[in-house]
Amino acid sequence: MKLEEFQAKKLFREHGIPAPDGVMVTNATDGKTAARTLGCPVVVKAQVKTGGRGKAGGVRLARTPDEALIAADSILGMDIKGFRVERLLIDPAVPIAAEYYVGMTIDRKKKVPVMMVSASGGMDIERVAAETPELIFFHPVHPERGLRLFEAKQLAFRLFSDSKDVMAAASIMVKLWNCFNDLDATLAEINPLARLEDGSITALDAKIVLDDNALYRHPGMEELRLPTPSEMKEQGAKSHGLSYVQLEGEIGCMVNGAGLAMATMDVVKHLGGTPANFLDIGGSSSPEKVVHAMELLVSDRNVKAIFINVFGGITRCDDVANGLVQALSEIDLEVPMVVRLTGTNEEEGIRILAGQGITALKDMTRGAAEAIRLAREGSVGR
Amino acid sequence: MSILIDEKTRVMVQGLGRDGSFHSRQMKEYGTNVVAGVHPGRGGSMFEGMRVFNTAEEAVGETGAQCSVLFVPAPFASDAILESANAGVGLVVAVTEGIPVLDMSRVVLELDELDTRLVGPNCPGLISPGKSKVGIMPGNIFSEGPVGVISRSGTLTYEVVNQLSLAGYGQSTAIGMGGDPIVGMKYNDYLVHFERDPETELVVIVGEIGGTDEQDAAVFIGQHVTKPVVGYIVGRSAPPGKRMGHAGAIISGADSTAEAKVKVLREHGIPVADTVEQIVDLVAAGLGG
Repeated sequence: MKLEEFQAKKLFREHGIPAPDGVMVTNATDGKTAARTLGCPVVVKAQVKTGGRGKAGGVRLARTPDEALIAADSILGMDIKGFRVERLLIDPAVPIAAEYYVGMTIDRKKKVPVMMVSASGGMDIERVAAETPELIFFHPVHPERGLRLFEAKQLAFRLFSDSKDVMAAASIMVKLWNCFNDLDATLAEINPLARLEDGSITALDAKIVLDDNALYRHPGMEELRLPTPSEMKEQGAKSHGLSYVQLEGEIGCMVNGAGLAMATMDVVKHLGGTPANFLDIGGSSSPEKVVHAMELLVSDRNVKAIFINVFGGITRCDDVANGLVQALSEIDLEVPMVVRLTGTNEEEGIRILAGQGITALKDMTRGAAEAIRLAREGSVGR
Repeated sequence: MSILIDEKTRVMVQGLGRDGSFHSRQMKEYGTNVVAGVHPGRGGSMFEGMRVFNTAEEAVGETGAQCSVLFVPAPFASDAILESANAGVGLVVAVTEGIPVLDMSRVVLELDELDTRLVGPNCPGLISPGKSKVGIMPGNIFSEGPVGVISRSGTLTYEVVNQLSLAGYGQSTAIGMGGDPIVGMKYNDYLVHFERDPETELVVIVGEIGGTDEQDAAVFIGQHVTKPVVGYIVGRSAPPGKRMGHAGAIISGADSTAEAKVKVLREHGIPVADTVEQIVDLVAAGLGG
């Protein structure tokens, strides 16, 4: 679960990491009031869960409350990489002397948490990693021992030479590890960590991603969820045991298993079609799950044909077939549908569908090709 | 031959809830040498002809179990892995999905010290066709033969194996290594075993977006594997930053895309299939050559 900057900064401050104490607002008038209360100048920052908002015009400096009003008005509602701006963070603007990067994540290869630091702060760290990897320093953190102060100091000396700066930065690094570990995060990032003109060191931006698998032991965190419309749909799907990600294509896919679902999208793409979504109905597919899955697919107006791809392992083909029959009795299907059923109880599944006039194929690639053909035919006919 | 498990491997089942009970039966039917169950509070009882113990320590002491398969719910699973490892089990297969990643980091560090191997978590397990099945795979689609299979997925493994079996290419051992960001054994650990296994003539690796395990495998294969390897990578149409079902299947950087993985595999001379059907063609070519 990704948090927005204002939420992450609050959690940082709770863990003793200095970060500007700004105000989150949802309309321009409140933005102006916040600017007046905080004292200008302020920075007006779009709260979106994606990088690159600065370049997109989602961060603006305002020298007066009226400028804050204008900035807030223009940023709210903006589309940044597909994310609509609904919230702003009004932060006091501070004079920056230098910018650094400090982040905690999981090193999948070494199988341990890792701290990353760089003197190239304020930039896209992905780009720094790709273009100048020598400017990023990595330090694996033992999950039981945690990040010790001496380790943090070694890292801080990579960024600073003044010992006062080193101690301040090292302390922030230890607190960042504590925050990451306490919250069960998979990412906790400060970019930039800034040295201000008054000599203090502070987190000017904050990014936290929480481990979805660990949310059960942080019940309060669920309240921080601020889903975008597409995430709302994904969350709704999840409550029915479905794993769904919406894309922008035309072929609605329903598959059992995440790997096979990706393979299905890939074969659609390989054959010149465009997948409308990722949808994994999971291992045991009760009829009602199939009904919910069908509802998801038909609610996407881009979908011009549906491709159902089921490999019966633990999932039984007859269960899926029964679910489909039930779904079709409840849903008015306006687009063509192709079913591919093979594996456990396939004969029974195919017979059930045939009884409803639905022909099931046994081959995945042929099924995908057929769905693409029908989608094209449908759009020509319309 | 096969790798890691065969008909003699003494298997215990941790967690006899709904899934654990169902798959204990399925494994026994397949011919797996299931010797014990572990379920706190049910010690002393019998289930499907096997003895049930309260703790892994008792089960190992009484039955000599060498391998444990876990169906324990996620909040308790990392502790259960450590329980059987500390009881002396050499191979733990964790089917459980949803274990927090920091828990897994702590677990794998301790397993290294204990010399216990881990398959998974969030995996379908492994099978040496005709000999033993430790996990939840549908046994009927597998057949005996010379192809080793290593995959990060469940159902996709079945799809691949089914097509291989239908085309007459049986499997020595097939492994689902798990879809989480941190798993125990990875491609390279299994490749070491397949390279040494006289029955295995070719290995298929099925990968997906997220992480760089496939690239690591490509380099390793170039240096240490003499047997032909065929690759297949899914997630070419996945958007960045979105989890595709598996906790570990998320594009988090340029290296973790399907395209990057395909490119590196091909650069190391490993043929990569675009579709499942093509895997069969590449396997045929690899075995024929």
